[in-house]
Order: sequence, then structure tokens, then C-alpha cells
Amino acid sequence: MKNSNVEVNVHHVTRVEGHGNISVNIKDGIVEKCEWSIPEAPRFFEAMVVGRSWYELHHITSRICGICSIGHTLASLKATESALGVTISEQDLKLRKLALHGENMQSHVLHLGFLVLPDLMGVGSVIPLASTNPAEVKIVLKLHRIANEMSNLICGRTTHPQRLIPGGFSKIPSMNELTTLRKKLQDSIPNLQTVAGLFKSLESKLPNFKRETEFIALTDPNEYALYDGKLGSTDTASAPVKEYLSYTNEYIVPQSTAKWAKHARGSYMVGALARFNLNHDRLSPMAKKTAATFNLSPVCYNPFMNSIAQLVELVHSWEDSIRLINELEDKGLTTQSEYNKPEIKVKAGTGVGAVEVPRGILFHDYTYNANGVCTRANCVIPTNQNHANIQLDMNALVPQIADKPQKEIELTLEMLVRAYDPCISCSTHVTKIN
Amino acid sequence: MKPKAAFFDFAGCEGDQLQIANLEEDLLALLSQVDVVSFREVMKEHSDNYDIAFVEGSCTRLQDEDRLRQIRKNAKIVVAIGSCAAIGGINSLKNYKDLDGVKKTVYGENARLFDSYAARAIDAVIPVDAYVYGCPIDREDFLQVVKSLLLGKKPDTPTYPVCVECKKNENVCAFERGQYCVGPVTRAGCNSCCVNEGTICWGCRGLVDNPNENSHKEVLIKYGQTVDDAINKFRLYFGWQEAKR
Repeated sequence: MKNSNVEVNVHHVTRVEGHGNISVNIKDGIVEKCEWSIPEAPRFFEAMVVGRSWYELHHITSRICGICSIGHTLASLKATESALGVTISEQDLKLRKLALHGENMQSHVLHLGFLVLPDLMGVGSVIPLASTNPAEVKIVLKLHRIANEMSNLICGRTTHPQRLIPGGFSKIPSMNELTTLRKKLQDSIPNLQTVAGLFKSLESKLPNFKRETEFIALTDPNEYALYDGKLGSTDTASAPVKEYLSYTNEYIVPQSTAKWAKHARGSYMVGALARFNLNHDRLSPMAKKTAATFNLSPVCYNPFMNSIAQLVELVHSWEDSIRLINELEDKGLTTQSEYNKPEIKVKAGTGVGAVEVPRGILFHDYTYNANGVCTRANCVIPTNQNHANIQLDMNALVPQIADKPQKEIELTLEMLVRAYDPCISCSTHVTKIN
Repeated sequence: MKPKAAFFDFAGCEGDQLQIANLEEDLLALLSQVDVVSFREVMKEHSDNYDIAFVEGSCTRLQDEDRLRQIRKNAKIVVAIGSCAAIGGINSLKNYKDLDGVKKTVYGENARLFDSYAARAIDAVIPVDAYVYGCPIDREDFLQVVKSLLLGKKPDTPTYPVCVECKKNENVCAFERGQYCVGPVTRAGCNSCCVNEGTICWGCRGLVDNPNENSHKEVLIKYGQTVDDAINKFRLYFGWQEAKR
């Protein structure tokens, strides 16, 4: 790699949500610059919600991100409900878990099929694949449609949900609608297997790169934690969610309008791979089989395998949704009044809500005054927690590939960023640090 | 030759571009009618040679104005998609805050490096030819607007409030249920989707042309709601529009 001079400037990285840049400078084989930066326009959500009422916070913070709007809504509702001492019914809990599965499935299909697949097939987008591989693209679109139909049915809309409100749901689906959905989920399992097979055939295109790091995700002894759990880490013991600030430790770096985070070491990773590494033994049977096909086993330190962990989770959410609908059917669905508005007694309080969204653990933390008006808010976003890890991965990866042709370096670095499935709009919601 | 289309995003959640991905099978049909030459969220390729530009997100800083002007220069038709681009949207909530103070708390001494001003609709910076309203946009609505544009027609935009659609859907009025709703002054076209799902209209499609303010005041008085309630609710999505008025 002597005498090699390479300059990589990817301005902005494509096929990711939001704006991020990669700048690498290699002179005489020595890496002079290697930077992952975020120029996205900041949006100040935490200031925007101050002065707003408890029944509006989930509606506003949903707008932090279109792709994980259901996750933001749920984290927001959990924070508000915790602050106001509100509990939800078993049935609503199951329906919320279905809502989260719906978003996970939609987002993972979108990432795998639209954003990752083109790299593995050597094209610039999914558009040419529509003519070269119409059967595969149609299957991806079909899975995406079913996931969206599920979100639509449970939440009243696929993006920026309506039915999810403090204390429960304004409207719930009928059992008939749920069993129709279940049939669609069951009937499409062969399509899921086709997609898994497609990725298996392209597995060799995923770079073989390893860097030891810490993984953080919610964890629960009884289930593959998504809606609820304790804070889990591959480096330390678990802790209650309300102690999240001692995990996230956000800080500011000059090249980024998004904040960075670190816990037990220089950086940590959140997302599908973190969840898999911490909770793999609680995956659904079919998901475990899928992981085995790819020899994916914990602790996997290859960030490029995050996409495969998403595939495994896609299968898990699909299978677990069928299980949840079965449970709702066995219990019998309790109906509720039209335009349901759960009775909530407003009081002063602080609450933290955490959920696992497609890209990792998400925290919303609010304080309300006695009138239920928000006086302070903090949201910690998965992608922020990953920025430092992306940078450290790049630092480790660039010297390993510095002798490759410029195009290949560029593509490998873009693939690295894409593997994290970053959601940059989300991560520049910031306003406030203490 | 197929017209060339490009997608751009400014400050927003990219939920509107997601609705375009959510067109699924219809997306393939759309792609048979237009050539997408730039869409950073889903494709690597980029070209500045396009006929129609779809812009999502509000303009929230000076440096984005140049980018908008360049898009205007390149495109024959500019379409604002979603509340943030079309009316300023939820981003304008921050316009009621002390921005300098907020920025200093975030970025400390480096605050001046991260410029940010009052969030605004993109037509505050460049002329816009067509609008697709909503937070997020409705997929059908988007297709209708695109169809009209491809046929060289002006898209049909409702000039009546959400209440018209809500009544047709036989919803129980939110005011009757003891809630405050901005449906009476919000532009229709969503088929009163939020009220249908058991909640209220939040105003995401923006103020209707010539809102009937007097009649709205009567509604407020009738249901014991205060002007403060109304102002508070108006701020959610109407911030930029109200500032303009």
C-alpha cells in the first residue's frame, strides 16, 4: 500500500435516511483523515415540546422520524404514561407489540430490499432490479405491503400513527380483521424464505470485518425484548431503564449536528445486531433457524452482519405477530367504545420510556408540571448512539482496505454506513445537553 | 421521452418520501411514466437534469436557500410535498422559542457554526407550482397530483375544511365529545383520516383558504373553549402560515 494516494468524499451518502458525509484522505499509504460527519439541519424537538400538553407529546415527537414514527410514538407514550402513573391493559400491550412488529417488519424489508440489496447486486438502486429481477422485487414489495397493512390496521396509519394514545387506543381492530391479517402473514412465509435464500446466495459480498465493541439493547428474561425490558450490555450488568443517562453519555463533536454517545468503552452499537447478540436465545424458532443458515452466532463483531440480524428479526417479528394474534383470539377480544379516550388523572411527574425500534434502543424522557404541561424533554436516538461506533469502525477498516482501488474503498465505506441503517433525521432532532 | 423527476429533502422526517416507497406496486407503475434521476434516499445516481422536482421538508437555515434556488433553476415544475415543505409544518413550533438561547444550550460556543432561523415553507424562498399537503402525504393524493402534472393540468386542491369530509363520514364531532379540533379551519383532502381513527384533526394540511374565523369563534364559545386553546392548537402546524398573515 506504499505510495498510494486516495481521496474519498461521499457527500452525501445515498440510500440512507438523512444526510451524512464520509471523507477519507490517504497519502503515501498513511491515513491522514477519516471522518464520518453529519451536516443535517437540526430540528430542536426537545425545545418544541416544552409548553405542550401530555396528550400531544406523542403526536409531535412522532414527527422526529417518518420511518420509525410508530417507535417514537410508543416511546413517547411510555414516558408520558410512566410520568402520569398510567397503566395499560394486557390486550393493549399485545396490540402495541403488534404495532412495533409491524414497523420493524416494514423498516427491515425497506432497508434490506431497497437499500442493501442494490450493493450486493452491484447496482445503484432497486430501480434497475425491477427489470432484471422482477420476481424478487415483487416479493420484496409484497412483504413490504403486508407489513404496512399490519401497521395500518393496528395504528390507523402506516406513518405517524393515529390510534396509539396515552392509556391505550382510540380505536382497535376487530378480531375478524386480525385473523385476516394472520392469514396473510402465514401465507407469505414462503416469500420470507425466498428473501432469506436470496441474501444467502449473496452472503459472500458482505465484507469480512471485525472490531470488538460493546452492544447495548433492551433485554428481558421471558421474551426477545422489543417493547419493554431492562438495559442490557455485552460489557456490563443490566440496569433499569430510568438509569439510561449513565449508559448513553451523549457528547458533542464538531463535525456533526447529531450528538455522539459512549458507555463502557470508546463507543457502542445498538440495533438488530446488538439485540441479537444479547437476546438471540429468545428468538422465534424460525428466526433461530434463519440465523443458523448464516452461521450468525453471538457475539458477532462484524457490523456488516447487522443486515443479516435484521433479516433474522424480520422472521422473528413475522412469526411472533402470528403468535400474538393467536393469543388475542384465544382470550377473546374485549371491545371498547368508539373514540375511546382513557380516563387519565393529570399530575406532576417525570417518566422515561424506552423501546427497541428498527435501528436500536430509543429513549424518551419527559417532565410534566401539575397541569400536565411538559417542562423538560430529552430524547436519545439509536443513530446517535451509533455515530461514534461508525467512526471507530471506519478508523479500523480504512487501513485494512487502503490498498484497494478508490471505488472499492468508497463502496465498502458506504456499505458500512448503510449496514447501520442510520436514521439521520432522527439523530439531529437535538436541542439540549446538560 | 419520459419526464425526469428528482426528489429532495430539507428539514423534515422523510416520512413523505417513505409514502412514495409505500406506493409499492403502484411505484412500479409510476416508474413506467417518469424517469427518476435523483432520489438520495433510495438511489446512488444523481443528475441535475430534471423536469419535476419534489421537495420535502422546511427551509430552516440560510445555507439551504441556495440549494432551493438551484433546484428551482433546474426544474420546470417544483412540487412541495408534505406539511413541512408546503406550509412550514410542525417545524414552525420552534419559531415560538428563543432560538439563540436554544442554540447556545445545544452547541455552546460553536452555536454560530450551526445556523438556524425560523422554519418556513419552501414557497417563502422559491416559487412553487404544486402542493401535496399532509403529515404525512396521502399516497393516493400524491398520485393524483402527479397524474395532473403529467397531463399538464393544475392539480385539484380542496378549498373547503376537513369538517365537510368528516360530516360525510358520519363521525361524531370532536367538539361534541368535549375535545378541541382544528378541522373547521383546516384544508380538506385527507378524508378526515384522524377523526375516523378516533382522534381529532390536528391541522396538518394547513389553514384552508379564507378560513371562516367568525364561525370558528362561535364554535369555540358554544363549546366553552377559549381563544388560548385555539391559539395553542393553531401553533402545532399553522405557525408559519399565521406569521405570514
